[in-house]
Amino acid sequence: MKRVQFSSPYLPYVFLAPQLAVIVIFFYWPSVQAIQSSFYLEDPFGFGSTFVGLSNYADAFASAEYGRIARFTVVFTGLVTFFSLSLGLLLAVKADAVIRGNAAYKTLLISVYTIAPPVAGLIGMMFFDQHIGPFVKIAAFFGWEMKVGLNYVDTAFAMVVVAVWKQIPYNFIFFLSGLQSVPVSVREAAAIDCRSGFRRFWTVVLPLLAPTAFFLLVINITYSLFDTFGIIDVMVKDKAANNPITLVYKVYMDGFRGNDIGGSSAQSVILMVVVFVLTILQFRFIERRVHYT
Amino acid sequence: MATIDINQVSKIYTGGVTAVRSVDINIADGEFIVLVGPSGCGKSTLLRMVAGLEVISQGAVRIGDRVVNDVDPADRDIAMVFQNYALYPHMTVYENLAYGLKNRGTPKAEIAERVAEAARMLQLEPYLERRPRALSGGQRQRVAMGRAIVRKPAAFLFDEPLSNLDAKLRVSMRGEIKRLQRRLGTTSIYVTHDQLEAMTLADRLVVLNGGQIEQIGAPLEVYHTPASTFVASFIGSPAMNLVKGDLHGDRLAIGPAMFELGGYAPASGPLTVGLRAEDLRIAREGEVSFALRVDYVEELGSQRLVHGTLGDQPLTAALPPETALGDAINLAIPPDRLHFFANETGKRIGNGLPAPTTPAAERLGAGRLVAHR
Ligand SMILES: Nc1ncnc2c1ncn2[C@@H]1O[C@H](COP(=O)(O)OP(=O)(O)OP(=O)(O)O)[C@@H](O)[C@H]1O
Ligand SMILES: [Mg+2]
Repeated sequence: MKRVQFSSPYLPYVFLAPQLAVIVIFFYWPSVQAIQSSFYLEDPFGFGSTFVGLSNYADAFASAEYGRIARFTVVFTGLVTFFSLSLGLLLAVKADAVIRGNAAYKTLLISVYTIAPPVAGLIGMMFFDQHIGPFVKIAAFFGWEMKVGLNYVDTAFAMVVVAVWKQIPYNFIFFLSGLQSVPVSVREAAAIDCRSGFRRFWTVVLPLLAPTAFFLLVINITYSLFDTFGIIDVMVKDKAANNPITLVYKVYMDGFRGNDIGGSSAQSVILMVVVFVLTILQFRFIERRVHYT
Repeated sequence: MATIDINQVSKIYTGGVTAVRSVDINIADGEFIVLVGPSGCGKSTLLRMVAGLEVISQGAVRIGDRVVNDVDPADRDIAMVFQNYALYPHMTVYENLAYGLKNRGTPKAEIAERVAEAARMLQLEPYLERRPRALSGGQRQRVAMGRAIVRKPAAFLFDEPLSNLDAKLRVSMRGEIKRLQRRLGTTSIYVTHDQLEAMTLADRLVVLNGGQIEQIGAPLEVYHTPASTFVASFIGSPAMNLVKGDLHGDRLAIGPAMFELGGYAPASGPLTVGLRAEDLRIAREGEVSFALRVDYVEELGSQRLVHGTLGDQPLTAALPPETALGDAINLAIPPDRLHFFANETGKRIGNGLPAPTTPAAERLGAGRLVAHR
């Protein structure tokens, strides 16, 4: 790494300041606020608040609805992570075989995928539009009358599909550059050592891809938990009652629709803890089995 | 153990680059062949076609009695050692060595035995449980060698395996490779652009230039009778002096210097004359000689390289270290050490003067060197 000399010892801090400010203002400060208000019961009309200790937490854990949503969130996260990772990898492997050594083609392909996710999300929603969605029409053709936003299972299905659909490009790019960074000569050595291409992939390429896969696993879980908010919001169209939603959406519903700031804050603190623990677990147990070259 | 026949093999890359052009090499069982040539001459391409890593555009490669053009690399019964070693970074040294055997369904006990044997041969025993990144360059190189040895293949293919090592290690690894190959008797093709490595390792040298074979032969044969100016300047260090000369009958003129070839007249008119720096020596008293104007001297310890000009042409002489030097020195060369090449094609003309049977006295008589100035 290149060492840079600064003329003044304070200069680096000046450069860091904007980034630090963003982190403090948009991350630490709201977190502290959330923790604080999770111990209070806020008057719905904004007339002061009362300290209630842990009762907001107790309410959340006692609620059957909260449990149901938590279980759905786990299933949803599992499905989205699994499918977006495996489909992204599959596409990357196929693309890698075609563009190996063709830098121009690679840049073109990746640049297309880079602008894709927001657009892909939009297109994904349109797939399930009640009136013009081709997916709904295809399902109807097979006798499955899809009612996204009304039927629990249909909505859950659509949510998983769109969430996976939207995340695939991201995984694709990372897997592709991971694959491209596996040295050609290592692949060639493996080609001489092992006849079966599939076996070569499992024993040589995939282990070398493990750091990328691990990084993406963390990213994808976080994505499924939080970044799918927009998709869910469009799908349930404010009729959250008998629709599947995830914990993040419930935080939003309770806080901004139900005006239960205390309860909503408690839930978001719980989420924060869950993510924190998950991240630690991932780094502790999975990273140890990952080979960084 | 097998012969390798490379028969009229060409490689044309997509885009029309012809990297290898109609190459013919017949390699005997157990022979150590070295492909040598400047960068970009197609050495690696040729080797990779034998390995199956590159499609053969034209011609046929035969390993043993089987044409392997369409055979999968893993089924060609060859092992390759790569320039950057290409070890599997996520596997231990043991696993690296065992990988090829495991995929071929070798029983566990035999794998352990063979890996142990290879590790012993290459002194890798202390490192078997380490990953490649925890090894030095030389150790990695030995692991790469070991990976080739354990498989007991019909042929070893080496693509500049020593070029990432420092000079001293390169010399010792060179010896080790030669020793191993002798001991195992495995047919080998070795690619290098280092002519010294090529000379010391090869049973036979293949000098490539622009995708074509310039010369095939034993190292000393190539050294003593280079087939072209290209080979002459590539093999041997320092490179052979190539100067413009004129041959009239058996009298050769190089700038101001005149040589008499004692009846030997392979051509007539202008041609290129090759003189090895190490064949030049200080002329004795009364001996016919020519004057070299000294420009500068390189001291190598064991000898000194004197760079100068003969007429207006540069010339280098390798002289003993104690040689006294002035602004000009008188040099002599036995005429049977002169090489002649056609100016237009660069191809060798004739086989040079036959070497005299009894040296000293006759040699002086055979070609009389006439200083002209
Ligand atoms: N994939 C490719 N596509 C097109 N041309 C190629 C390709 N690979 C190699 N070449 C060309 O073929 C020629 C021979 O290349 P090769 O790698 O065999 O050279 P080399 O003799 O091994 O050189 P070096 O000593 O530098 O390794 C070069 O001119 C190179 O540019
Ligand atoms: Mg090469």
